[in-house]
Amino acid sequence: MKAHVHVTLKSTVLDPQGQAIFNALRKMQYSGIEAVRQGKYFVLTLDDTLDAESARREVERIAREVLTNPVIEEFHFHLEDAE
Amino acid sequence: MKFGVLVFPGSNCDQDTYHVIAEVAKQPVTFLWHDSASLENCDAILVPGGFAYGDYLRTGAIARFSPVMQSVKKFAADGGLVMGICNGFQILCESGLLPGALMRNAGLRYICKQVHLRTETTVTPFTHLLKKGQVLQLPIGHMEGNYFCDDATLATLQREDRVVFRYATPEGDVTAAANPNGSRDNIAGIVNEGRNVLGMMPHPDRSSEALLGSADGWGIFGSLVDSLAAKA
Repeated sequence: MKAHVHVTLKSTVLDPQGQAIFNALRKMQYSGIEAVRQGKYFVLTLDDTLDAESARREVERIAREVLTNPVIEEFHFHLEDAE
Repeated sequence: MKFGVLVFPGSNCDQDTYHVIAEVAKQPVTFLWHDSASLENCDAILVPGGFAYGDYLRTGAIARFSPVMQSVKKFAADGGLVMGICNGFQILCESGLLPGALMRNAGLRYICKQVHLRTETTVTPFTHLLKKGQVLQLPIGHMEGNYFCDDATLATLQREDRVVFRYATPEGDVTAAANPNGSRDNIAGIVNEGRNVLGMMPHPDRSSEALLGSADGWGIFGSLVDSLAAKA
């Protein structure tokens, strides 16, 4: 089973990297884009003996305690192949 | 009086910091390896600049889980004096010893230059020998020095007189133009609630001798040495 974790800056936190990408896209004349936010993406490969509920709990804990800094970031995740 | 300088894989200002204590302050100092939980009875802990654990994940994020940081947390909770410089500041924020976070510089560039700081409070063991409003010239060298905290935290820092240094002009005016990295409220350094933990982005370790272009950083180390002498 794999967990896919997305970490992004909170919407209240300025994202200068996302803005730089946005500005670049505009300069390159891509149309229809209103904003860009940049984030991080983690794939955790989980021990197969874990049931979906324990996996969810463990991934949630890892994402909260390690993968994000709660001062500036938030996360969401989903499990692949979870029954 | 004994100082401990933490060393993580990737620290690169550990030697500079050690040098200031050994050669300028002329006090006993030892390196403390990240993998050991022992602080070897040190009376003050210095968390140096660099790129601890390569700054993977986030600056300071992995360092915070090291055995030595668990001991530093206990040491700080008991009132021990801890000072984090640059990457050390980032590590202290990640560890929860100081509020807020250091984000990517607003201009997205690594900045290495001399800046001016206004001393905002002298009611700390790290600044009591300075004068309130005193302007210091110190170098910065960082990619993630953009101090961020939420409104409530900022209000608390201001109310409790915990902003220690702000980026300023050479004349001591705190202006947007004097802010090199986008830090909230021009914050360059703060203390914790107990006032025994200081974190700052600029480098007093690189500016404690006139030979280096500025000895202004010595005001900070000198205060720290004096505080420990008074404690003993």
